[in-house]
Amino acid sequence: MSAPVLETRGLRKSFKGFTAVDGVDLAVQSGHIHALIGPNGAGKTTLFNLLTRFIEPSAGEIHFNGEPVSNLPAKAVARRGMVRSFQISAVFGGLSVLDNVRLALQRKLGVSFHFWRSARVLDRLNEEALTLLDQVGLATLADEAAGALPYGRKRALELATTLAMDPVLMLLDEPTQGMGYEDVERVTSLIKTVSAGRTVLMVEHNMKVVASIADTLTVLQRGRVIASGDYHQVSRNEEVTRAYLGGGRQGGAAA
Amino acid sequence: MSAFPSLRTCGYAMLLFALVVAPWAGLYPVLGTKLLCYALFACAFHLLLGYTGLASLGHAAFLGVGGYVAGYGVKMWQLSPELALLAGLGSGALLGVVMGFISIRRSGIYFTMITLALAQMVYFLCVQLPQTGGEDGLQGIDRGRLFGLLDLHDDLTMYYTVLVISVAAFLFIARVVYSPFGQALQAIKDNEPRAVSLGYHPNHYKLIVFTLSAALTGLAGALKAISLGFVTLSDVHWMTSGHALLMTLVGGLGTLSGPVVGALALVTLENKMGALGAGLASLTGFAWFSTLGESVMMIMGIVFVLCVLTFRRGIMGELLSLSRHRPRKTA
Repeated sequence: MSAPVLETRGLRKSFKGFTAVDGVDLAVQSGHIHALIGPNGAGKTTLFNLLTRFIEPSAGEIHFNGEPVSNLPAKAVARRGMVRSFQISAVFGGLSVLDNVRLALQRKLGVSFHFWRSARVLDRLNEEALTLLDQVGLATLADEAAGALPYGRKRALELATTLAMDPVLMLLDEPTQGMGYEDVERVTSLIKTVSAGRTVLMVEHNMKVVASIADTLTVLQRGRVIASGDYHQVSRNEEVTRAYLGGGRQGGAAA
Repeated sequence: MSAFPSLRTCGYAMLLFALVVAPWAGLYPVLGTKLLCYALFACAFHLLLGYTGLASLGHAAFLGVGGYVAGYGVKMWQLSPELALLAGLGSGALLGVVMGFISIRRSGIYFTMITLALAQMVYFLCVQLPQTGGEDGLQGIDRGRLFGLLDLHDDLTMYYTVLVISVAAFLFIARVVYSPFGQALQAIKDNEPRAVSLGYHPNHYKLIVFTLSAALTGLAGALKAISLGFVTLSDVHWMTSGHALLMTLVGGLGTLSGPVVGALALVTLENKMGALGAGLASLTGFAWFSTLGESVMMIMGIVFVLCVLTFRRGIMGELLSLSRHRPRKTA
């Protein structure tokens, strides 16, 4: 087995006496879709914020591609290829759909500080941006204002923007949350498609989604990892059943 | 969609034409010059509020210091007007870097309060320092000759000089807004955490735009000092910062031309209030109207309340949304 692309050791975060993440050891294998599940308040989003350096850990280490990133600022982690999405859809509402994707692409042109140049210098990114939009089925809506898109489309746009960063590791925070049945299926297959050649770590509540695309699952409860493995191993784990159902012995109820 | 840019171009052409012919249509050139200075001030302020979402209450400091530096340079070192303007611009930028560096670390109301606090420190420095003339301010600043050629003592020459500089500054702001940098600003304004997750460092962008805004405000202050011939403490007073906010909101937040229109409307109203009041008094027979000229602040307050209650998008915001919606209805 190859070295994990992302690894944490003893990661902990306390907020004034409350420990949200309590000594998490996590290893995300390169090329996997790794799902992070657990009941509400288990610390999944806090863990995401720690990994992407949006918040400071109280203790522990984070290694990305074998290098420690525990002391890097959030933007540096993003530039190294660990790119996150957010639980609530994060698009730039005042910009067009195309501009949203171009914004992720424009940094590599090195013109982002050029306030004296016309935005037309970004037109050479259009082709690449449209290809990305086409991948998520938004190419025909390129000129729409991103803020006016329906919810499911916003999530798709967010995915295209994240992909534009050409990430090594994508962290998706509840990509199907709040979606209708059809949108869930579309986004699920979308994640499967775009994960080719990349690693995905996703927080997900929808067990159907997890069962269909995740290679590995890690279950968090009260800030601790209580189980890890593939779907069948985890769904037979008694502690997981208890965490979800509060004590009863209904086997396999995590599904 | 295709009709819209031409409509916009027409609007700008008409506004520019109106400003060019205004002195010949009865506008007193000195008032015109003052209008343009405030329009530039409002545009510079709006670069920060409208496109970055940062509401500063410290812009009076840049306007005042730009004016004081330019005025002091002319009076004490006999600087030529072009150098004095550059000095005003530079001092605005310098102060902007310092104030920006401190204030952009916080956002929302805290940002606003820090800019206000820093501007108040500048105000008290201006009260104390002998170079500013304290309560008297700087008086009798000579306009001089631009590049040694154009005699600015002529009010019309002064007016057109200010017009050219203001239009250039306006075009510069338009360029900043529609540049790759402007795109990043918009992204930071819309969703800062997402911009970070795409590898942007918001504070670098905020500091640059803060400095640009401060520099242009310093230029407006210097223009005002040279064209009107004086700088007083009221230029550094926090109410002047509030004035910029008011002009921007009345004109239309988030529209490029809004601050210009807002500044033209409010400064005209302020200057013509006395005449308007007298006119109303003789027309209606209510003697009370003739006191309007003394209660400018009250009228400004009423205008602001009306703006917030009835046309929240501001003059230009409402006009633009009308022009956008009408074709859609008929189609």
